[in-house]
Amino acid sequence: MKGISFGQYYPARSPLHSLDPRVKIILTLLYIVCSFLCKNVLSYALLLLSALLLVALGRIPLRIVLRGLRGVLFVLAFTALLNVFWTSGEVLLFEWKFIKIYLEGIYSAVFIMIRIAALIIGTGMLMTYTTTPIALTNAIEDLLSPLKKLHVPVHTFAMMMTIALRFIPTLTEETDRIMTAQKARGADFSSGGLIARAKALIPVLIPLFVSAFNRAGDLATAMECRCYHGGEGRTRMNVRHMRFVDVIPLFLIVAFGAALIVFNILAIGYTL
Amino acid sequence: MAEPFIKIENLSYTYEEEDANASPVLKELSLRIEKGEFVAVLGHNGSGKSTLAKLINMILLPTSGKIFVKGKDITIENMRDEELLELRKTVGMVFQNPDNQLVATVVEDDVAFGPENLGVPSRKIRERVDRVLRDVGMLEYAKHEPHRLSGGQKQRIAIAGVLAMLPECIIFDESTAMLDPLGRRDVMSAIEKLNREQGITVIMITHYMEEAAVADRIVVLDDGKMILDGTPSFVFEHEDRLRECGLAIPQGTELIHKLRRAGISLEGECVTLEDCADLIERSLENKGN
Repeated sequence: MKGISFGQYYPARSPLHSLDPRVKIILTLLYIVCSFLCKNVLSYALLLLSALLLVALGRIPLRIVLRGLRGVLFVLAFTALLNVFWTSGEVLLFEWKFIKIYLEGIYSAVFIMIRIAALIIGTGMLMTYTTTPIALTNAIEDLLSPLKKLHVPVHTFAMMMTIALRFIPTLTEETDRIMTAQKARGADFSSGGLIARAKALIPVLIPLFVSAFNRAGDLATAMECRCYHGGEGRTRMNVRHMRFVDVIPLFLIVAFGAALIVFNILAIGYTL
Repeated sequence: MAEPFIKIENLSYTYEEEDANASPVLKELSLRIEKGEFVAVLGHNGSGKSTLAKLINMILLPTSGKIFVKGKDITIENMRDEELLELRKTVGMVFQNPDNQLVATVVEDDVAFGPENLGVPSRKIRERVDRVLRDVGMLEYAKHEPHRLSGGQKQRIAIAGVLAMLPECIIFDESTAMLDPLGRRDVMSAIEKLNREQGITVIMITHYMEEAAVADRIVVLDDGKMILDGTPSFVFEHEDRLRECGLAIPQGTELIHKLRRAGISLEGECVTLEDCADLIERSLENKGN
């Protein structure tokens, strides 16, 4: 259990790793928007290329990124099939009873697969693979800080996130310990149907909850003793200053979006 | 006489929530602690020693009695926030379970938590964090994740976290109780160093005699009352009294007491195991002569 790592963070030294997390969040949002701009073969090719470029920039082995796609393989296949069978068009390729497959269907299936894959790879590369969860939390707090004026408790939410992240390994270890203790007394977690197994977990969950509440009480006291009094008047040890290098990617993504639009207007190749 | 660092007068505390006629945990306790002292508060479970710690740090408010820290009454109700922060900055606290007092997912971020709350400028926080991590011998672990460290290491991080607020006094509330012998030794030597080298007042709440022996002064609580107060050698003289409240003196000291009772003359004080060995060695040498 000691080796547990949460999230998908992959430690490496790369331009993407060192980029300001705030910029990365904005880039991710813009990247998602861009992926929906694509309309024809050329722009989808550019989208696919951009995803691969991001993998190269993040210096993360391609097999690890592809492993991340494995989870959505079913969704990918399913949407592709739906598109193949349900898109009607002009060029009929195959017909058998009620099944009609059009060239347009094949295109849109490929397009949708590229879009989903690029979305997952792109957002993964920009955020989860290259940014630690804690850096992401801090960045979200920074980006949302204007909402403080509207009395949205941004700091409190960020603090909750931080503490949740901090306690995931602790509580995982605890679960392990309780389960071992229950097994030693004859509990059986691995046989029986779904309901039997769920029932077997109750004696694990109750002590886990009790201990989690105790921990929460202790932690609150400890935090008070270290002068925690909310976000007001708080400073940070690591303040990130936006450097010029951090701004360049923002221009690049705007250029990327513009290129996609231009390709759409040129309408080379098949257009949706 | 000059104002002591902490002055406790007729302090009583009763936990209210349980039932109306609950007996008080602390009964009319009075105590003075001077600046730079290393005081061990000894007591059996339920003797009220942890409650005392929580009262000094204003986590609890006393049922009756007064506590003065640096001459300032901290038992008044409706204390202003700044005053409360100032008190908690002056008197830091390290708890028993290291896992339940670390906030951040990276060691140095956790140490920075206190000064961040106090609004210390970023650059100063950096300096402090590096310095206190060096003080507790954990600088090389600055970028580590706390959950991968041992109990003793986590507890030293917790100490660093309190030190980073530049306290004048630290209360250790059974901070070694959950550690293995090795971790306990590391934490104890870190605590001793703070007191001897940086002059930080240490109040160490414990039920380990061997740890209390390191202190300048031992206060023994039993059933909410102070029964003994003095240097370790003075307190350890009262073996029977200690036994009555469920405490045993260190084995070395006990051995010396037994030898004396058996008619062997052993001159000098015996608090630690080393003292014990020295006394016996000297006695044997004298015999040889």
